Amino acid sequence: MNRRLLPLSITILLFIGMAAFGAIRYDGFLSPQVFLNLLIDNAFLCVVAVGMTFVILSGGIDLSVGAVIALTTMISAALLDAGWNPCVTIALVLVLGAAFGALQGLLIQQFQLAPFIVTLAGMFLARGCCYLISTESIPINDATYAAIAQARIPVGFDSSLTIGALIALAVVLAGMRIAHATEFGRTVYAIGGGESSARLMGLSVASTKIGVYLLSGFCAALGGVVMTFYMLSGYSLHAVGLELDAIAAVVIGGTLLSGGVGYVAGTLFGVLILGIIQTLIAFDGTLSSWWTKIVVGVLLLLFCLLQRLFEARTRKAA
Amino acid sequence: MKRLTRHALFWPASTLVLLLVVCAAFNPSFLSIAWRDGHFYGNLVDILNRAAPLMVVSLGMTLVIAVRGLDISVGAVVAIAATVAALLIGGSFSASGNATAEHPLWLALGTALTVAAACGLWNGLLVVKAGMQPIVATLILMVAGRGIAQLLTGGQIITVYYPPFFTLGNGYWLGVPVALWIALALWGVLHLALARTALGLFIRAIGGNPEAARVAGIRAASITLCVYTFCSLAAGVAGLIISSNVKSADANNAGQLLELDAILAVTLGGTALTGGKFTLAGTVIGALIIQTLTSMIYSLGVPPEVNLVVKAALVFAVMLLQSPDFRGLVLRVARGKAA
Amino acid sequence: MSADAPIVLEARSITRAFPGVQALAGVDLTLRAGEVHALMGQNGAGKSTLIKVLTGVHAPDGGTIKLLGQEIAPHSPVHAQELGISAVHQESHLLPNLSVAENICAGRYPRRPWTRGGGIDWRETNRQASELLAGLGIDLDVTQLAGGLPAALQQLATVARAVATDARVLILDEPTSSLDTDEVQALFALIRRLRDQGVAILFVTHFLDQVYDICDRMTVLRNGKFVGEYACARLDARGLVSAMVGRELVHAGKSADHAVSGDAAAPAVLAARNISRRGQLKPLDIELRAGEVLGLAGLLGSGRTELARLLFALDERDSGEISMDGKAAKLEKPADALGLGIGFCPEDRKHSGIVAELSVRENIALALQARMGLRKFLPPSEQRALAEKLVAALGIKTASIETPIGQLSGGNQQKAVIARWLATQPRVLILDEPTRGIDIAAKQELMNEVLELANGGTAVLFISAEIEEVVRVSDRIMVLRDRSKAGELPRGAQEDAVFSMIAGGTPA
Repeated sequence: MNRRLLPLSITILLFIGMAAFGAIRYDGFLSPQVFLNLLIDNAFLCVVAVGMTFVILSGGIDLSVGAVIALTTMISAALLDAGWNPCVTIALVLVLGAAFGALQGLLIQQFQLAPFIVTLAGMFLARGCCYLISTESIPINDATYAAIAQARIPVGFDSSLTIGALIALAVVLAGMRIAHATEFGRTVYAIGGGESSARLMGLSVASTKIGVYLLSGFCAALGGVVMTFYMLSGYSLHAVGLELDAIAAVVIGGTLLSGGVGYVAGTLFGVLILGIIQTLIAFDGTLSSWWTKIVVGVLLLLFCLLQRLFEARTRKAA
Repeated sequence: MKRLTRHALFWPASTLVLLLVVCAAFNPSFLSIAWRDGHFYGNLVDILNRAAPLMVVSLGMTLVIAVRGLDISVGAVVAIAATVAALLIGGSFSASGNATAEHPLWLALGTALTVAAACGLWNGLLVVKAGMQPIVATLILMVAGRGIAQLLTGGQIITVYYPPFFTLGNGYWLGVPVALWIALALWGVLHLALARTALGLFIRAIGGNPEAARVAGIRAASITLCVYTFCSLAAGVAGLIISSNVKSADANNAGQLLELDAILAVTLGGTALTGGKFTLAGTVIGALIIQTLTSMIYSLGVPPEVNLVVKAALVFAVMLLQSPDFRGLVLRVARGKAA
Repeated sequence: MSADAPIVLEARSITRAFPGVQALAGVDLTLRAGEVHALMGQNGAGKSTLIKVLTGVHAPDGGTIKLLGQEIAPHSPVHAQELGISAVHQESHLLPNLSVAENICAGRYPRRPWTRGGGIDWRETNRQASELLAGLGIDLDVTQLAGGLPAALQQLATVARAVATDARVLILDEPTSSLDTDEVQALFALIRRLRDQGVAILFVTHFLDQVYDICDRMTVLRNGKFVGEYACARLDARGLVSAMVGRELVHAGKSADHAVSGDAAAPAVLAARNISRRGQLKPLDIELRAGEVLGLAGLLGSGRTELARLLFALDERDSGEISMDGKAAKLEKPADALGLGIGFCPEDRKHSGIVAELSVRENIALALQARMGLRKFLPPSEQRALAEKLVAALGIKTASIETPIGQLSGGNQQKAVIARWLATQPRVLILDEPTRGIDIAAKQELMNEVLELANGGTAVLFISAEIEEVVRVSDRIMVLRDRSKAGELPRGAQEDAVFSMIAGGTPA
């Protein structure tokens, strides 16, 4: 088998293993809807994690995504409250998210600043802007939004998906294509493999780096839109700490945090694994919610150790 | 003049002074210090007191960053240390009004700090032995740590009923907050360790070029391990101060976002995130800047919602000022205008 | 190569200044179709700057560049490449995480037609890359990751990428510095093939023998000035060196300087029995004696550096007993080696030698302080005295001992790293390629230092890729081949003997 696909296969096997465990242990676990719900409940995380995958592949990090989601829900809710057209609102927040990301990318690229600090400041800024709009939760009463929120698309076997989940799937597919078959995607891998070498090869490192953060900002805003469909409200405390979940999903999905190696498809399974942990805990009923954190921590540990082992073996083989 | 502006502490110190001047301009009594109830009293004392836990954590973080590391688990360690201490002290008021603790205070504090140090050792081992990137290694504890703290408390906020414990966060000694004494003591100890031993040279060598430091025979692994352990220990101390201050331990919220504030304080103080170059005094100033900003916003009557936006603006400003590329751009623009 | 082949690239009176330095002051360069042209000069002669001007990294302050008679002004490496000037820089590397094909085609992927979804056509990418490599006589599976290739194949693929755009001019900056002799020959075969296709090749190297091996003509620079253009056949190595240095080179005789040489009967200071590490070094014995320089010769990859790293415990050994003065010694980490009185100057100065941000003083004090430990702190005043003494003794050129060492020239950085070990008064000093990448005058001084050291009673292990240097300084030469010991040669051995032992024959 292709060695490059090994981390991805482990992720997928882990997911299947957890699903099998649930199916044997709990009645009613093995129904299509339970699995579709993994995607429905984590649709926004999935969208954000795809954007984060590109950032991490390029060797950077984006801590602002959770705050950008919250800001998107706030702006959407406030604008809809003021009677804006839903389509215009969505288009505007997507552009704002992309612009926010691009601005961070510009600072990182142009002034050689650390992505960690720039996006940290971006996180403060976006959360701060939420509070400026309102400290209270703003409900969304728009008819279109309500319709989208309630829409269920049947997929057979008595089960259905939401619009949000479909958006998430579309983003994953688009992400896979961008990563695999576009100049931009390949340059992201090249930067992750070695920024100075990529520059010497004449690749457009600067614009790609900015593009990566733009994409992440866009995905965060889109994730925010999906969240408004899910929550039907704007709130400044939405998606607190979501950036950590996104990073965890990317790492569990087999992407190296040092950049250059990983697959968007892996991220989808990373998200699904995070989802299935919560579902397992919910099905169990006796376990408390903090077990999720502990299990995610343990998984992160296992995957990081595995990656180290994998790297060490590759080096020996070379 | 040029030498002054080049001094490592020039920018952080100027920022702090500027903030204080703005405060004083809007509120002339801001800078006044009075003697009340047997201790100093005033906005400045308040800032110092509230900044103490952040200072403590940031001092540890400075060393970690100096060896090219990063510790984003300090918030979780704060929660763990606070929880352990609160659980062991517990305490209740007896009928006579005398407070008793479930375990002796020294034992509770000692255990909490030991657990905190063990967390740091764990981080350090992952970095040194398993060779993980620091941000990943500490991400694990950041995620799992709070879960463990919640597991210990069963998801409850643990309240402490034992006044002697409250001294750490609320007491005064010689009119100065005990928390501040703790921060100063830690700073003093660190300063001595760096100035009187080769620790400073070794840390700068490891941060500057880890491989060269190893080849020169420096025990880089042990030193890095110690630095992570110390950072978590400092976070544990901060956890004790914080839980003592609020007389309880909240596993879910104690030390929330503290890792970000600490990294911010370190950067604002002029320590390079790329390692090698660090300043303890700068970090202390950085922590004070963050707290002054918060206090300023409250005291100026600005809605507290603005706090984060101002903080963000400040980080952006300091970040850009520290960037040689940005300074170069500004100089070129200025010259272009002059020409 | 005939001198009347058409001129491809012609640079005239190129000047370029940086703050405080006139890096280029009126340099001429003429490249003809189908020639390999050496660009020679010591460090700081202006070679890199000239390359950067030609490839559009820096704009020249003055002068003209003509390509095929047309005046050009490349403004970026990509632009230069479009014009037909490609370069493989010293720091050009393949991206280890991408396939060979992708490394070759990155930035100019073949696309699928829109009717088939657009996007990168991977099959075509692989086909084009294989075809290009096959055309250059390189047999390689292009779908494998570049990171898994040996250094030599990576270098060949890097060159292939550079010529994939129909380059008329190919600039190779120190392409052989990390290759062993066989690998250099493979690269030269590729260079000759490209030359025969009519590409003008500018070849920059420190290795004089390679210049005579492959180049037709050469241009020599000194201190940013144009010294002259010569046909290789008309200027011998001695003439070339004096053109580069600007004075007649005095060949310092070894035997005269090194009167007190190691006595074969002298007891070993450091001895290793059966020392080995899987995949790097097969079991061998080595002895280092007081007052003796042991030269270690062998090709790159023969286990030279690996042996040195094992002796300093930078890598863990799989087998082998170490003894110091005949007594078994514990040697498991560099700190142990330091404690035993062993010093080690690594081959990669930037990566594992200097700490660039620290001052010269701190860099010099580092190893001594590491041996004294954390608590016994060498006060700054003593550090200063120590640094002043060693800077003077080794003739390190620095503005002050408080200057960050990163600002010093390569040779002076190397001397400072040696000074760091002299400060510990080592009983054994391992020097791995101490002369690499530094100019000829500095090399000479350095080798004199080595002899001084041995005269003072230190056991020295001297490793160099340049056999001539090894022969000149060593009392005894140990030859490595294929990761094991090929044999030992006594003092006075000729270069030929070393070469034939390296090549696998018996010494003549």
